[in-house]
Amino acid sequence: MHDGASAFSLVLEGDPTLYAIVRLSLMVSLSATALAGLIGFPLGALLALTRFPGRNIIVVVLNAFMGLPPVVVGLAVFLLLSRSGPLGSFGLLFTPQAMIIAQAVLVLPIVAALARQTIEDLWHEYRDELTALRVGPLRRVATLLWDARFSLVTVLLAGFGRAAAEVGTVMIVGGNIDGFTRTMTTAIALETSKGDLPLAVGLGVVLIALVVAVNALAWGVRRIGEIRAG
Amino acid sequence: MHGPASDLPVELKEVSCRFGDVAVLDRVTLSLRPGAPTLLVGPNGSGKSTLLRIAMGLLPPSGGTIAWGGRPDSDGTRRAMVFQRPVMLRRTALANVVYALPAGRDRSHALRLLARVGLERLADRPARRLSGGEQQRLALARALARDPEILFLDEPTASLDPAATKAVEDIVRDTAAAGVKIVMASHDLGQARRLAGDVVFLVRGRVLEHAPAETFFAKPGTPQAAAFLRGDLVI
Repeated sequence: MHDGASAFSLVLEGDPTLYAIVRLSLMVSLSATALAGLIGFPLGALLALTRFPGRNIIVVVLNAFMGLPPVVVGLAVFLLLSRSGPLGSFGLLFTPQAMIIAQAVLVLPIVAALARQTIEDLWHEYRDELTALRVGPLRRVATLLWDARFSLVTVLLAGFGRAAAEVGTVMIVGGNIDGFTRTMTTAIALETSKGDLPLAVGLGVVLIALVVAVNALAWGVRRIGEIRAG
Repeated sequence: MHGPASDLPVELKEVSCRFGDVAVLDRVTLSLRPGAPTLLVGPNGSGKSTLLRIAMGLLPPSGGTIAWGGRPDSDGTRRAMVFQRPVMLRRTALANVVYALPAGRDRSHALRLLARVGLERLADRPARRLSGGEQQRLALARALARDPEILFLDEPTASLDPAATKAVEDIVRDTAAAGVKIVMASHDLGQARRLAGDVVFLVRGRVLEHAPAETFFAKPGTPQAAAFLRGDLVI
């Protein structure tokens, strides 16, 4: 088998096509995860701290949406962004921005649902103390998010893992355009069907290595933070 | 200049607290007035913690009324509480005190409070890395940061060794001497003897006695209190 050897030579020689694809994939998935965190953390915290009619339904739906099928999310975002859709005038379809939006939609339920659970557990521990200190609602949210920061890193990693691994949404809203919206996962799907197995295997190896690297980095940051903050 | 209205005295009238069918407090009538520390004593499960939580305003009573300085709706800015197992925020000791400071107070005040509880050298240490006794002192500093008029303490020395207990008791004594009303739950009679101005004796959710400390220890008014003071098991 020479496929494995060619795959490694592609990686080792720094094939420009391959590196462009890797860069775009990382940029899209990291941006989508960040966006999901920005919205999902406050949303999860709010849901953890408030009680209103219908809250339980929202919690159940949010938990269920952790398993949203990527192709369905892709389709929904496609319809929103297509020329005749409600957001068609922005002309975002088949751009990296559209891919970020679609992946953020996919990851948001994961981030919000896990953040809700984390914050709610912490709130049980903190409730008396923060109430006794007369901490207002907004400051409670901020305090709980900050004190849960190490667990929330893991929540973000779960979201990033989902974004980095999926094909369906980026394929549909990005269009897998060579040199513009082609990511590692869409390229692997394409190259495999074309029969260019060396590139597909090379990309697969790089994708897994990157996910491991991002997780290792996050683990390191978390450890250092824990040692410093107790 | 008008300061915030006083929260003293704290008046509980016929206060009950039920969780399901269990009456944790049963028609407690009690007046907490300015002066020397009030110690709530009684066996475990007698309702001391619940009484403190209601007096602090953390828990609404299931029956009866409570008023702070004559106002049933006091906002509680003059009250503070230290729990048996205080929550240490995930930041430094100093930041824990700064967190509780009212607007207009700066870090230097927080440092003074840390010095007051003997923790100034640990200011930059993560609060969760402190020992149990240090954490309890930090919780005291944090409670004092709110400049309270009344300080509720729920068995703050329950799991501490004698040296740490003495450190906490010294702070409590200083705080009381500075004019803060201390209301403290304890099942340690020695501690009650050392600190109390008056004693509230609780058994199974009822106040059996409320008397000046000398009276309570010299001439307990009920057989249960006499048995408790002898060290017998009171159920």
